[in-house]
Amino acid sequence: MNEKQKYIMLDLGGTPLTPWCRFKRVVKRTFRIELFIGLWVTIREMFKTLFMGKSHTTKYPFEKMPIPPRYRAIHDMLRLLESGHYRCIGCGLCEKICISNCIAMETRYDENQRKEVSEYTINFGRCIFCGYCAEVCPELAIVHGARYETASEQRASFSLFEDMLTPIDRLKEQEEFAGYGAPTPWADKNIKKTPLAY
Amino acid sequence: MDPLMIGIIIKIVLVLAIVSALAGFGTYLERKVLAYMQRRIGPAHVGPLGLLQIVADGIKLLTKEDIIPQNANRIIFMIAPAVTAATAFIALSAVPLFPTFTIPTSFPLIGGAIVPSTIADINIGILFMLGVMGSGLYGPLLAGMAQANKWGILGSARTAVQFLSYEVITGLSLLAPIMLVGSLSLLDFNNAQTGGVGSWILWQQPVAFILFLIAGFAETNRTPFDLLEHEAEIVSGYATEYSGMRWGMFFIGEYANMITISIMASLIFVGGYAPLGFIPGWIAIILKISFFFFLMLWVRASWPHVRPDQLMWFCWKVLMPIAVINVMITGIVVMI
Repeated sequence: MNEKQKYIMLDLGGTPLTPWCRFKRVVKRTFRIELFIGLWVTIREMFKTLFMGKSHTTKYPFEKMPIPPRYRAIHDMLRLLESGHYRCIGCGLCEKICISNCIAMETRYDENQRKEVSEYTINFGRCIFCGYCAEVCPELAIVHGARYETASEQRASFSLFEDMLTPIDRLKEQEEFAGYGAPTPWADKNIKKTPLAY
Repeated sequence: MDPLMIGIIIKIVLVLAIVSALAGFGTYLERKVLAYMQRRIGPAHVGPLGLLQIVADGIKLLTKEDIIPQNANRIIFMIAPAVTAATAFIALSAVPLFPTFTIPTSFPLIGGAIVPSTIADINIGILFMLGVMGSGLYGPLLAGMAQANKWGILGSARTAVQFLSYEVITGLSLLAPIMLVGSLSLLDFNNAQTGGVGSWILWQQPVAFILFLIAGFAETNRTPFDLLEHEAEIVSGYATEYSGMRWGMFFIGEYANMITISIMASLIFVGGYAPLGFIPGWIAIILKISFFFFLMLWVRASWPHVRPDQLMWFCWKVLMPIAVINVMITGIVVMI
């Protein structure tokens, strides 16, 4: 972390005052090979892209970039790994904290006197994806998932409890929420020194 | 009908079809080359390696609605793209493209027709091409003035300024090689450079070659001189109000002009279709034309635009004196 960043001061020279100085500058700029350096750079990149696979293109619908765990996409409702029951205990904290009032839930007692979620919807027309619901949830039941492609024929497509709940046959693929504000696994690579470090 | 007449008509259709297809292919090449130089991969989904993208673009252009703005001068607005495309193709009519051949008599209707290598077999090929390409300035000029749009007017003003100025450079830069060879025929130019790489006019006239390339870039409206439709300044210049196939005709004209300039540069300066060592002549000229075409794309990926005032300054205060001095020195050397 101690290496100095390399800043280069450009020597631009002064503004030429006499016509002769201007002429000299034109000649100098003409016969310096800077234009050809530009040509060299582009042809080098072309060969790199063609033969060394250095292309930056992601063929988006077919390839996707990894998204960081902080990303707040459409919510997921997680299940308990042991029993497969949904984690939500019906405490209502998410409904309470939601600042845009988009979560609506109804609960009742089932035959074992446990809270059971009978209705749970998120109005995604109002949700601002602030992430408070995921932060406040004591059971890590409601989390922000990775479904960022939210185009659908109907607004209701994502918003029911059953739609957000992990499908029971894909329980093994359920990923644990890294926690609200968790850094990306590759965060170390992106760390740069702030200007105050100098 | 005269068999030569039928042959010429067949040749015209052939040249039109092939060069239009090449112009379409040119757009694909340009997108691919620019993409690679910018670390992208360019069109890749339609067809193998994105090759059918040309067809998709063509269908899109042909099926688009043909919009003519309300206050535009309808007739001129409709004719202008045809002027660009037509002059680009007319310039190609003086270029020898394939060897002369006769269609076998067993063919119905067109049997026995003699297809000549040049559509218009004139002995002042260079002058003709320069003149026709010069008149190509009417395409953007009329288009910009007919469309009742300020960006269009600016674009056409720039057209007049840029094309007229650089026409001078093209003419003066070609004058020196013409004096050396003593002919205006492209055939004579080719015959003067049959002695391998060493006999190329490029080595005797390096200054004229560079001047011609610069002026050629300006006349085909390519970066660094594409001020006619400079997006950052004047939206799309003379083509602002155009859409669909009328816009496509401007594009075909531009690419045909690029091909013409490439052909001229390879015929006049780097040996034409003379065999190059073990490479037969027709492959040599295709390689040369491809190189000049690629150079235009390469330069577009590398260099920024110039300002319009810099363009004029460059033309009249730098290039024209150099061209005149070059002509004078060549004249003195030829005289001695």
